[in-house]
Amino acid sequence: MNVEKHIFTMLVDNEPGVLSRVVGLFSGRGFNIDSLVVAETMDPKVSRITIVTKADKPVLEQIEKQLNKLINVIKIRDLTGPEAVKREMALICVKAVAEHRAEILRIVAIFRCKVVDVGQEHYIIEVTGDTGKIEALLRLLKPIGIKKIARTGPLALKREPN
Amino acid sequence: MEMTGAQILMQVLKEEGVDTIFGFPGGAVIDIYDELAKTDIRHVLVRHEQGAVHAADGYARAGGRVGVCLVTSGPGATNTVTGIASAFMDSIPIVVISGQVPTHLIGNDAFQEVDIVGITRPCTKHNYLVKRVEDLGRTVKEAFHIARSGRPGPVLIDLPKDVVKNRTDHNGQAPVNLKSYHPTYAPNVRQLQKVAALIETAERPVIFAGGGIILSKAAQELTAFARNIRTPVTTSLMGLGAFPGTDPLWLGMIGMHGTYRANMSVGNCDLLIAIGVRFDDRVTGRTDSFASQAKIVHIDIDPTSIRKNIPVTVPVVGDCKTSLRQLNGLLEKIDLKDIDQRRRAWLEQIAQWKSTTPLAYQQKETIKPQYVVEKLYELTRGKAIITTEVGQNQMWAAQYYHFDQPSHFITSGGLGCMGFGLPAAVGAQMACPDKLVVDVAGDGSIQMNIQEMATAVQYCLPVKVVILNNGYLGMVRQWQELFYEKRYACTCMEHAPDFVKLAEAYGAVGLRATRPAEVEAVLKKGLSIPRPVMMDFAVEREESVYPMVPAGAPITEMLLV
Repeated sequence: MNVEKHIFTMLVDNEPGVLSRVVGLFSGRGFNIDSLVVAETMDPKVSRITIVTKADKPVLEQIEKQLNKLINVIKIRDLTGPEAVKREMALICVKAVAEHRAEILRIVAIFRCKVVDVGQEHYIIEVTGDTGKIEALLRLLKPIGIKKIARTGPLALKREPN
Repeated sequence: MEMTGAQILMQVLKEEGVDTIFGFPGGAVIDIYDELAKTDIRHVLVRHEQGAVHAADGYARAGGRVGVCLVTSGPGATNTVTGIASAFMDSIPIVVISGQVPTHLIGNDAFQEVDIVGITRPCTKHNYLVKRVEDLGRTVKEAFHIARSGRPGPVLIDLPKDVVKNRTDHNGQAPVNLKSYHPTYAPNVRQLQKVAALIETAERPVIFAGGGIILSKAAQELTAFARNIRTPVTTSLMGLGAFPGTDPLWLGMIGMHGTYRANMSVGNCDLLIAIGVRFDDRVTGRTDSFASQAKIVHIDIDPTSIRKNIPVTVPVVGDCKTSLRQLNGLLEKIDLKDIDQRRRAWLEQIAQWKSTTPLAYQQKETIKPQYVVEKLYELTRGKAIITTEVGQNQMWAAQYYHFDQPSHFITSGGLGCMGFGLPAAVGAQMACPDKLVVDVAGDGSIQMNIQEMATAVQYCLPVKVVILNNGYLGMVRQWQELFYEKRYACTCMEHAPDFVKLAEAYGAVGLRATRPAEVEAVLKKGLSIPRPVMMDFAVEREESVYPMVPAGAPITEMLLV
């Protein structure tokens, strides 16, 4: 079967237990979750959940239909493809001894990311971008020494016409 | 007007037309019971909370309305889980009201506390924990709306003790308005036109109907549809009664224990019109060879049922009744004059399958279970409401009792839940006091909820239990015989109670037959007594259910006797 990566975003009632319904659906039916992001929208009664999943076509169809069936899911969209903007964010704590500090800052400049915490022997770098950009940055920082990392999954928002 | 939570609950239950509740009291629901006793709602005190849910399920199916049960927190709530899961699989509208510890104790591991909303999340259509008395009325309204609309299902409402005691102003309830829940009743007309076009050119069509027909009360429309286009009908286990079991176009049930002609018809048809079904694995067998020569139309109100297991040519999302009505309308414009001529060869082929390989068993000097069901059918003239336990008894009831009307066969189809039949019979009898209600049981299953005999006796419910007693957990034994070289691991019930004495101990009537010649007399006598009766039939111990499709095989490859 042809496994595809898809990004679903849904508006849900901002109530206790709703995330558990969504996540329980995935685990109960054997669907896969690559990443998951949740936060309130402009309307405090509504949250947006963004899920990245990998599956073949029939299963993707089931995922979308099953999510739609949950009473607390107001609206769901498959935002795979170029009609949506996607961004994720990472906080990377990188080892920064004297001989590497300049090199790290050069990389930070090239990737247009930010140093948000500085210590004697470390920088914490904040980066946002698509998955490819973050992966590329990590590849460059890895030989220098990544102490720890926190990453969100991708967020997606459909582009407006024009 | 200022009211307590319990008073609001009673008021909304009445607005929803509830006149019967199956339940079992406990500490967390005393306030609700206190208020319930002041109303004219009938309460049926079951002997186990699982029985309450199955009874509500039987009540919902036989009566065509929402079944309600009321249980306490903790163990009261956990005991409902099996019943809820069964109702969920079979899409039965029930509302389960469970008590909960007071809100300030939730999460404290309090006495009789359990997270029942968490536990039942995957086996309810929806569930609620009500945290404020102000939300109670609206929540109960929503629960009933969700349970009965769209593809029906169980809804649980968890009510903490303080929420039920607290007071608030309550001046009637606004109509339900759920912004994210709008089931699709009206089918897409273009899709229906495609269906009509396929029907016009089909040479070997088959209709495959399921529980959706019964739930949407579409049996008449289905019968008119099938007769109009001279198309034979098979149903799933859940669909028995959706089409008359004595009609010449009836094929019998499909699937693992379906009739030869039903399975062969589906295997050889060129158009399969599936309505209100979900293509369970017990129906399809091996999916890639299921109806492999056919274009498949699938009509169902639940979009997730469509293309879940079987790819389809024309999907139609809509209510069965509305869809069939509109389809029947469209077919009026199609010229069906030569339809008899066009169907002749196909119907002759099916008649031949029926005559060469009918449902059959060999009569012997021991009682054959099939014979008991056949006699039951004869003596009740096919008019009884039959509930079943699960296993061989269930399959023999499905094969040898012929259902001409919907809502007369009540069985745990999807979950396959032993212990379902007796409490379901209690519920069905409550819903239909003038009907004869018979639970076809096995000696294994009946013992799983046999305590409900006391309920039947207490409420003078004249349910009849027909035990096909073979001293085995028969269906598992059958699999062991066929696929495990007769290694009968742990399926022999070496000790069983004396069911006649047990019935008497409960205050019911017990009868027994051990030879074929006694069967008719025992049934006649048992069915004529206007009290709960348990009839114990000592049947052939190693009788098996045939035809049988081994799990995962194509349904056209059946084991025959």
